[in-house]
Amino acid sequence: MNILPLFVTIPLAGAFVVSLFDFIKDEKKKNISTNIFASLAGLVLLVISIKVIGSAGVYSMGKWKLPEGIVLVLDPFSGPILLITNLISFICILFSFDYMSGYNGREKYYSLFFLMVAGMNGLVLTGDIFNLYVFLEIASVASYALVGFGTMREEIEATFKYMVLSSVATAFMLLGVAFIYGFTFNLNMVSVAKALGSMEAPVGVYVALGLFIIGFSIKSALIPFHAWLPDAHPSAPAPISAMLSSVVIKTVGMYSLIRICYVVFGMNTGQVPEVLRVLGILSMMLGVLLALGQWDFKRLLAYHSVSQMGYIALGFGLGTPLGVIGGIYHLLNHSVFKSLLFLNSGAVYYRTGTRDLKEMGGLGKKMPVTGATSMIASMSIAGIPPFNGFWSKLIIIMACIKSSHPWLAFWAVLGSILTLASFLKVQRYGFLGKVKDSLRNVKEAPFMMQVSMITLALLCLAMGGLMLPGLYDLIFVPAAGIILDQAQYLKLVLGN
Amino acid sequence: MNVPIIYTLCMILFSVGIYGIVTKKNVVKIILSILIMENALNLFILMIGYRKDGIAPIVQPGMDAAGFAASSVDPLTQAMVLTSIVIGLSMIALMVAIAIRLYERFGTFDISEIKDLKE
Repeated sequence: MNILPLFVTIPLAGAFVVSLFDFIKDEKKKNISTNIFASLAGLVLLVISIKVIGSAGVYSMGKWKLPEGIVLVLDPFSGPILLITNLISFICILFSFDYMSGYNGREKYYSLFFLMVAGMNGLVLTGDIFNLYVFLEIASVASYALVGFGTMREEIEATFKYMVLSSVATAFMLLGVAFIYGFTFNLNMVSVAKALGSMEAPVGVYVALGLFIIGFSIKSALIPFHAWLPDAHPSAPAPISAMLSSVVIKTVGMYSLIRICYVVFGMNTGQVPEVLRVLGILSMMLGVLLALGQWDFKRLLAYHSVSQMGYIALGFGLGTPLGVIGGIYHLLNHSVFKSLLFLNSGAVYYRTGTRDLKEMGGLGKKMPVTGATSMIASMSIAGIPPFNGFWSKLIIIMACIKSSHPWLAFWAVLGSILTLASFLKVQRYGFLGKVKDSLRNVKEAPFMMQVSMITLALLCLAMGGLMLPGLYDLIFVPAAGIILDQAQYLKLVLGN
Repeated sequence: MNVPIIYTLCMILFSVGIYGIVTKKNVVKIILSILIMENALNLFILMIGYRKDGIAPIVQPGMDAAGFAASSVDPLTQAMVLTSIVIGLSMIALMVAIAIRLYERFGTFDISEIKDLKE
């Protein structure tokens, strides 16, 4: 049996089933049963995504063959993204056990959460442009509702802003899909790729390309399309901030951008990578400069997401195998350390009720696990060896120099130093130093929160091991092959 | 370059939607602009599959595949529009719900007065 459709059906069915737990009237029993159900479903997803890593496969939905049918494609590029999506979502479910006790409607929360996961898994696996749009909308609509889950002033305002900008982005994407269909009369990626390769591209195809780039740049919050992110990500509950910042903007934004522009359009040299490089450098520098002045812990992290997305865009934008490998590697690493940082901020907020760095101080003494893990995450994001962020930034900088862009390497190093400065501020004001009088009675975060944070911290250390030759050749080299060589993708899907 | 006038009209309608989103201050008017934009898109997708004097995409008795393909309008665009209408509906429903909550929390629909979040 082919297990690819399970990645979509398990979370979709989970979203439906968990919402039925509404019939349990006792709040406490309901919370416990939904927690158990959600974590089991998350664990199953994690296990099957570990099982498929390194393999490749095609599943035709309803036994309809290409080019009429719709396919799910697992290739070396989607495998690692799928694994990180399900890994982070499982850890965020574990973190939600205690954190979501401040909110009611637990079954609705998990239902929306699973819809979001279903959308992202489908989006990563699909081999059809219109399906990509549909799954993207599923993930986005669920994320709008989750950002506004608390329904207080700030959350509602942020989610409205997010919704309006995001619906413009998705409208652009749908317009792009319509243009592509109008020119090629095909929707599945292989047929579109073949049709575009065989004809002299009319102007409309470039219009579609531009629409896709703008749409996905809004979704992945590259500057100058970032305005919604610093509001939306901090306003959400902490596990959702972690999901949004570490997985959603990557799958919905950067992964789809690379999949459409590089793999389907086959434009991995020339103008498109140049646009990505420019957007990347802008986001990298302006994001980190805007982050330096922030005193709200989560808002600061949100601006760093913009900055780190810049690194990823820069890596992909170099268009060389090494640069693309750096982009994928940094994408995976950023998912791990940024979700860890957001969970740290959630643990601090859960115990102290504040996100303002000026009101914190010495929390490392009161909350040793949170303090230690946030230190690891800060060093990872700043690129200090031996943590994972160092290795991926090193690859990106080396790729810049090798492809004779020394100035890009300079900006990348400068961005990294500014990131370090910003996180020294977080550590200095938040976790080190003297304990404030108002924080005398703060306790360590609950057990399940500690488990999820420690797991992510260990991953920060372990993911440096992806540089070892065996794993590097298994994961990154084939992925870069698929991205940069369209023929390999066609061969994988068509099978000859 | 020869672009049929109907496509141009769809794009003008789309631009009207974008203009509304960018310039309007009222939350309800922004939502209406998004609706206009989505409907322009749906119309555009339908028009891609349109064929002058085409028949409905249903195979009649005694019609062979080639004859059907030569005379029918494109059914795929209709399926796409159906999907996109459903997605648009869910999004607008959520948006209206959020707008009601906005009015509850802030007492106004004017977005220039809704600015708790600093830049």
